Amino acid sequence: MANALRIQPLEDRVYGNNGVILQPLEACERISLRAEDKAIAGLGKAIGLALPKKPGTSSEKNGIIAMWIGPDEWFVTAPEGTGLEAKIDKVKTGLYSAVSINHRNTGLTISGKNAVNALNSGCPRDLSLTVFPVGACSRTMIAKAEVILYRTDEQEFRVECWRSFSDYVWKYLMDAARSA
Amino acid sequence: MLKIHCPYCEEDRPELEFHGAGEAHIARPTNMAELSNEDFEKFFFIRDNDKGIVFERWRHLHGCGRFFNAARHSVSDKFIKTYKAGEKKPKLTKKEIEAVLPPAKSTPANEAVWTIEKEGKK
Ligand SMILES: [Zn+2]
Repeated sequence: MANALRIQPLEDRVYGNNGVILQPLEACERISLRAEDKAIAGLGKAIGLALPKKPGTSSEKNGIIAMWIGPDEWFVTAPEGTGLEAKIDKVKTGLYSAVSINHRNTGLTISGKNAVNALNSGCPRDLSLTVFPVGACSRTMIAKAEVILYRTDEQEFRVECWRSFSDYVWKYLMDAARSA
Repeated sequence: MLKIHCPYCEEDRPELEFHGAGEAHIARPTNMAELSNEDFEKFFFIRDNDKGIVFERWRHLHGCGRFFNAARHSVSDKFIKTYKAGEKKPKLTKKEIEAVLPPAKSTPANEAVWTIEKEGKK
């Protein structure tokens, strides 16, 4: 029997040099969630964590992460097999829209003592720990590509982008790492 | 780099996350089909395009995605304030306006590139 094999756009890549490590993320579930106020509590209950209401913050529980993207928009991600869509489907209170974007997006982690320098060569945001602490998240730009940036540790970030941009983002950060 | 304060993200963010979206506080007519061609043109195409204090719509396109409004000086490019969509046009104080005026005369930013009378000529 033939089997369809899912290949990630950054499959098999790895880069490490000059205090910067780039690694592709494993496949995971991703939801672009838009919701009015009335739906927020129910959605949080269904997903298993409270959706953050403060700009630029996130919440995490059991590997599920919800990131504040806009006043009525969240990026929710979880390991494969969590079944986010089915959980959200049960919510009947308030208006909301949940769109699975795990085939549109892909991600990478950038870590190491020069990770901030490499990111800052294409992203003009202040990534100091006081302004962008661990757990901070935001939609922003890396050079010409729109990304979601999420700080997972003092020297580690998750970068989410559209899969067609991922080769560009990877090579841009690799180039930046060389001169970080 | 120019920094713009997003009233929804509640922080100053780099300009390349934003997109200008034209003049603010334009009341859309509710009786569009009954408008004369002249009135439609006035509403649809004609903008004040002031040299000085302007009220504009902006969108935090590569951030929270929200539209908001801004009061800005169109010569110095300096922002006075930004505020959420739907909020009233703010009354600006003399002090706020003075703080964003372009530099004194005879600087490139202050000189007209061309005038109607001498169109095309420097
Ligand atoms: Zn914003």
